[in-house]
Amino acid sequence: MKYVLLFVETEQFAADLEAMGPTERERAYARVGEWMATHADKIRGGNKLQGPQTATTVRLDQGEPVVMDGPFVEGKEVVSGYTEIEVADLDEALRMVATWPGCPLVEIRPLES
Amino acid sequence: MADTSHAELARVVREHAGRLAAALMHLTGDFAAAEDLVQDAVLAALRHWPSEGIPDRPDAWLFTVARRRGLDVLRRQDTYRGKLAELQWPVQPEPDERLRLIFTCCHPALPRPAQVALTLRVVCGLTTAQIARAFLVHESAVARRITRAKRKITEAGIPYRIPSDDELGARLAQVLTVIYLLFNEGYLSTAERAQSRDLVDDAEWLAGLLHQLMPTEPEVAGLLALIRLHRARADARFDPDGALVRLKDQDRSRWDRRAIADASRLLIRAGLQRRPGPYQLQAAIVACHAEAERWQDTDWEQILLLYDMLLHLEPSPVARLHRAVALRYVHGPRAAMAELDTLAADLDGYHLYHATRAELLRELGQPDRARAADQRALELTANPAEQAVLRDRLTGWSTVAGSVWPGG
Repeated sequence: MKYVLLFVETEQFAADLEAMGPTERERAYARVGEWMATHADKIRGGNKLQGPQTATTVRLDQGEPVVMDGPFVEGKEVVSGYTEIEVADLDEALRMVATWPGCPLVEIRPLES
Repeated sequence: MADTSHAELARVVREHAGRLAAALMHLTGDFAAAEDLVQDAVLAALRHWPSEGIPDRPDAWLFTVARRRGLDVLRRQDTYRGKLAELQWPVQPEPDERLRLIFTCCHPALPRPAQVALTLRVVCGLTTAQIARAFLVHESAVARRITRAKRKITEAGIPYRIPSDDELGARLAQVLTVIYLLFNEGYLSTAERAQSRDLVDDAEWLAGLLHQLMPTEPEVAGLLALIRLHRARADARFDPDGALVRLKDQDRSRWDRRAIADASRLLIRAGLQRRPGPYQLQAAIVACHAEAERWQDTDWEQILLLYDMLLHLEPSPVARLHRAVALRYVHGPRAAMAELDTLAADLDGYHLYHATRAELLRELGQPDRARAADQRALELTANPAEQAVLRDRLTGWSTVAGSVWPGG
């Protein structure tokens, strides 16, 4: 089955990352790189997203399209990246996510087949 | 054999529903479809058996109904239909087939109420209406919960299998929580719900089934022993008027000594594996109470020690409250009160906290503050049996200081 992992950052996580020294931050990124390499056979693609301040949302249910600044939900938790994976079932996806070394929240969403 | 009793009907359905679900699941590989067919067969049984009597081969009867219905609904799915048409009863599923069923129903990706409802329907053969009655919720709410859970199982790819060794601990904990919750729900309910199916029966049966399927898991044995130790004393918990009798005041001659000894042996065998856990420890605490011939024989020092171990494994304010009761009998009310003071912030909304405080305050010669605490406890509990005890205390019917109710 195919799933998308939505990586979600919190304000605390962003602040912690900000507070790190350059070597420490590099190590944090290296851990994420290692995780990606470990699971390379299941990863079908994905990307890191730029910050929510770069987001633009368009509302189409009001007659004319309404263009707005910002992500569609304003909140303390924002989607910061995604990865598409292909695994046997939800348990395998859960096992993979259990060792994710990055942001503190991951949403697992199956793709429509 | 018409006029089949309610309990007998429940017993037979429970014995066969899960097996049938497992067999149909094995055959079709479709959890939602298998679940629907079993529910249909159970509903048919509950319509026919009370007047016609339970058939000699209830398993074959249920299977025939499920198959007939299956051929009907699966008309468009030729592969299943073909398999179903050829199938003869009894199907011999793999021995652990029901175990997979349990683990799927209690998958952590499902919300807890759905885990509970699914387990009851699929493994124990309860109908949606019976579940709704047992939990005092609307039938439509239970139905929605089950529909949503079944869709999630299919669409999110929740597997139908026994978790691998490295996941087993966490997954088993989910299953045990569901069973414990059922037990508590049934145990705390009072006579008002006597008409509905007894969830305590279902909880004990599930724990027994799990123990039979996973005999080397000590926490499963611990939970089974815990349930049996409570049940062995259930008759003494209410007086003839249906009022709750506190542990201290219970007529211990009404306790089932043999059941207590059996459950204690089960617990000791589990303990030999040297893998202690919260259920074994809770059962050991209850065993200390159950094995005491008289209230004054209670081994409070042992109980205190067991609470210390439990808190070490699973710290929780409620367990600390229970420990404080043991502390009262080992080191006196003043020590227990000091411990309770540290729990005020965590447990201010919990009625047993205030009821325990009231008893200690009374012992410490502060009746006015004790009354205020009892009043607060009364405001916080919705359980009629507990309300009655508190009301009696407030009106001065029972002024004897003694232990709080839980008794472990």
